[in-house]
Amino acid sequence: MPNTFIDIQNISFSYDEDNSSDKIFDNFSLKIAKGDFIALIGHNGCGKSTLSKLLNGLYLPQTGNIFVDGMDTKDDNLKYEIRKKLGLVFQNPDNQIVASVVEEDVAFGPENLGLDPLEIRKRVDYALKTVDMYEHRLKAPYNLSGGQKQRVAIAGIIAMQPDCIVLDEPTSMLDPKGCNEVMNTIINLNKTFNITVILITHNMKEAALAKRVIVLDKGRIISDGKPREVFSNVDLLKKFSLSVPQATELAYLLKGYGFNLPDGILDEYECAVAVSQMLEDLKCR
Amino acid sequence: MSIIKAENISFTYSQGTSLEKTAVDNVSFSIEKGELVGVIGHTGSGKSTLVQLLNGLLKPTSGKIFFNGNDIWAEPKKIRSLRFNVGMVFQYPEYQLFEETVYKDVAFGPANMGLSQDEIEQKVLNAIRFVGLKENILSKSPFDLSGGEKRRVAIAGVIAMDPQVLILDEPTAGLDPHGRDVLLSQILDYHKTKNNSVILVSHNMEDIAQNANRTMVLSDSKLVMLDDTAKIFSRVNELEQIGLQVPQITKIMSLLREQGFPVSKSVLTVQQALKEIVNLTKGADPFL
Amino acid sequence: MTNITFGQYFPTNSIIHRLDPRTKILSAIGCIITIFLCKNAVNLALMSAFVLTSIKLSDISVKIYLKSLKMVLFVVIVTSVLNVFYGQGEPIFQLGFMCITLDGIKNSIYIAVRIFLLILVSSLLTFTTSPTDLTDGLGQLLKFLYKFKINVYDLAMMMSIALRFIPTLLEETTKITNAQKARGADLESGNLKQRIKALIPILVPLFVSAFRRAYDLAVAMECRCYIGGKTRTRMKILKFKPADMWTFVVLILLFSLVLTANLVGIFW
Repeated sequence: MPNTFIDIQNISFSYDEDNSSDKIFDNFSLKIAKGDFIALIGHNGCGKSTLSKLLNGLYLPQTGNIFVDGMDTKDDNLKYEIRKKLGLVFQNPDNQIVASVVEEDVAFGPENLGLDPLEIRKRVDYALKTVDMYEHRLKAPYNLSGGQKQRVAIAGIIAMQPDCIVLDEPTSMLDPKGCNEVMNTIINLNKTFNITVILITHNMKEAALAKRVIVLDKGRIISDGKPREVFSNVDLLKKFSLSVPQATELAYLLKGYGFNLPDGILDEYECAVAVSQMLEDLKCR
Repeated sequence: MSIIKAENISFTYSQGTSLEKTAVDNVSFSIEKGELVGVIGHTGSGKSTLVQLLNGLLKPTSGKIFFNGNDIWAEPKKIRSLRFNVGMVFQYPEYQLFEETVYKDVAFGPANMGLSQDEIEQKVLNAIRFVGLKENILSKSPFDLSGGEKRRVAIAGVIAMDPQVLILDEPTAGLDPHGRDVLLSQILDYHKTKNNSVILVSHNMEDIAQNANRTMVLSDSKLVMLDDTAKIFSRVNELEQIGLQVPQITKIMSLLREQGFPVSKSVLTVQQALKEIVNLTKGADPFL
Repeated sequence: MTNITFGQYFPTNSIIHRLDPRTKILSAIGCIITIFLCKNAVNLALMSAFVLTSIKLSDISVKIYLKSLKMVLFVVIVTSVLNVFYGQGEPIFQLGFMCITLDGIKNSIYIAVRIFLLILVSSLLTFTTSPTDLTDGLGQLLKFLYKFKINVYDLAMMMSIALRFIPTLLEETTKITNAQKARGADLESGNLKQRIKALIPILVPLFVSAFRRAYDLAVAMECRCYIGGKTRTRMKILKFKPADMWTFVVLILLFSLVLTANLVGIFW
C-alpha cells in the first residue's frame, strides 16, 4: 500500500495476559493509508474500541507490532511523538473536557507539548475556526450542546496538529442535530485538511460517508472495502446482525424479487432515483 | 376513560427570575389504556420536561394533569404513589444503579411501595424475565455487568413496580444496533402482555415509526402535532421544516410520490414499502 | 442554591475584574491583615472607605454584596453581644454581674465592622475573579513551593479540574435524585437516621459516576500528552499592568497610614 500511515502487523492482545483464551485480537493485521477516511463498524465487544487505544500506545500488543508513521508503539521514547500525530476523541464529550473555558480546553494539548504562548494562541484560534466554534471560545463547556462539546473535543486534538484522528463512537450520545454537526466536521477534516480519519461507529449511515469501511467481528475483519462494496453484501451484514440503512435494505429486497437495481445503494436519494428508474423501465407510472 | 390526560399544562423554569424559561407551553392531550405513544422533537423542545410533569417529578406552573380521572396534584403529599403507577425510565438509566446485588436494586421500587417480601420477589422475577435476563444474574453486583445488561437491570427496576403507564426516555441511546433491536422488542412484548400504556421518547424516528400507535411532535415547547403515527410521518415537509428527520424509508416513498408514482403516503417500514412498489409493478403491461 | 452568593463569580468588565488575579489575591491578604491591625475608629473608617470604593468600582450590584453579608449576620450579632460584656473601664449600665462599659460597646462595634469588612474583601476577590484565574494566580504565587518538592503545578491542575466538574456533578445529582424519586425514593420525610439512609441511593451512583468520569478524563488527558509538572507552558501568561502597580501603591500607602495611626495613638 502506498503511503501507509498505520501498519498493524500480526498483533495479539488480551486484557488478561495470563488467560490467552480471552484474546480480543489474535494475529490481526491491517494497513491504513495516509489521508484515508475509514469507518470501523461492528458489535460492542468486537474489539473496535480496544483497537483505538492500541493505536496510540495506551495499550500495547502482547505479540506483533503497530507502526504509526513508521514509529513502533512499543518504543517508550516515541510515546508522546505518536500521541501528537494520532489524536483520540471519545464517546462522552463531558469526560474529555479539562478546562472551564472552551479556549483553555483547546489549549490543553499544545500546553502539554510545551509550546510558546503565541504559537498556542495561533493554534487554538485555528482549531476553533476549523470546527466552527470560534465564536463560543469564551463560554463554559457546560453551557454548550452535546454536538458543540464534541466539536470542542475535536478542536483540542486539531490544536496538536495531528496527521490522524481516531474517533470512538463520537456521535452515540448526541441528538440528530449534534450528529450532523460532528459528522460534517469530520468530513471537512478529511477533505479539506487531508487528515487521516478513523471513525468507530455503530451507525451505518455514518459509515456510508467514509471512503473505506471495515467490519470487525470478534477481532477479525469480515468485510473490507468501499462502502458500496461492503453494503452490497447485505446477507453477510445481517448474519453478523449489523443493521443496514433502510435504503440499502429496500434495494436489496427488490433485487430479491428479481428487479434490476444497482448494487450497494447508500442513501434515500440514490434509492429513490434507482427505484424510479426501475419503475420507469417497467412503465409503471 | 383515558388513563392520562393533560389539560392546558405549562411549565416555566426559574419563574420570576432573569433565567425564566418556558419549557412546556399550554399543552393538552390524552392517552388511552394500552396505547403506545411516541414523542418526538429536537433537543430543548420540551420533551423531557413534559414527561417529568406526567409522573409528578415537576409540578405544572399552570394547568392540570389527570391520572385515571383524578387530579394528580389534588393532594401533593400523595404524589409518591402516582410515581409507582406512572413509571419513568430516564436516559442512561444504568447510572442510577446502587445496590450490592441486582435483586436488591430491582427490588428498590417495589420495596418503596411497601409490598410484602413474597410480592417483591414475584415482581423482581417477572421484571427480570421481561427484560430478557436470567435468574442467575440476581445475585451478581450490578457494577460487574456489561453496559447492555446494566441498562436492562435499570429498566427492570421500573417495570418491577408494575406501572400502568411506562415512560421511556431514549431507552436505546448508546446501544449497538443489535442491542437496540432486542431491547425494543422486549419492551414491546412487555407492553403487549401487560396491555399497559407506554410513552416512548426518542430521537430515533425509525423506532417510533415502527412501534408507536400515535405520535406527538413537540417544537419550541408546544405540542404541534398529535395523530396516528402513519399520518404524522406522511407530513414529511412539515416535519423537516421544524428540523426533524423522517425515517429513510418514508423519505424514499415521499420522493417517489414527487416523481409521480402513486405510492401510499403512510409507509413506515421497509416491508410496507416493498409491498407498495411490487404492487405498482403488477399493474405494468405484462407484454412489455 | 441560588441564594448563596459567597464564592460565586459575577463577570463584568470593571477595572477590578481586569486586574491581575495575583494582585487581587495579594491585596485581599494585605487588606485582611490591615483590618486586624486597625485599632481605632479612624483606621476602620479608612479601611471601610477603601473597601466601599473598590465595591463601587467592581460594577456589581450592592445587593449581591449585602446578600453575602446576610450569611454572617447571625455570627456578627452573637459575637458583638458577647463582646459588649467584656469591656473594661467605667460601667455605664450594671445588672448583677453583667456590666456594660463604653469600652465594651466600642469593641463590639469594631468587631462587627471588622467581620463585615473581611467578608466584603473576600467577596470582592471571588466576585471579580473567575475560578480559573483564581487557580492560575494561586498556582503562580505558590510557585516557590516547587523548590520544596511540593508539586504546585499538579495541585493547580487538580483544583481547576475540580472547578470544571462542579456544574457537571451538580447536574448529575439532580438527574440521579429524579431517577430515584421516580422509583419511589422518599427523601422528604422520616427522622434524621432515615433521611441519611435515604441518601445512599443517590450518593452511591454519584460516586460511581465520579470515578468513571475521573478514569475517562485521565485517559483523555494522557492521550493529549499530559505529563504534568514543569514542562507545560501556558497560553495565557499573567502579566502585571500599570493598574496593578497603582493598586499596590495605594495599598502600601493605606497600610502605612494605619500603622502610623496605631503607633502614634492619635484620635482615641
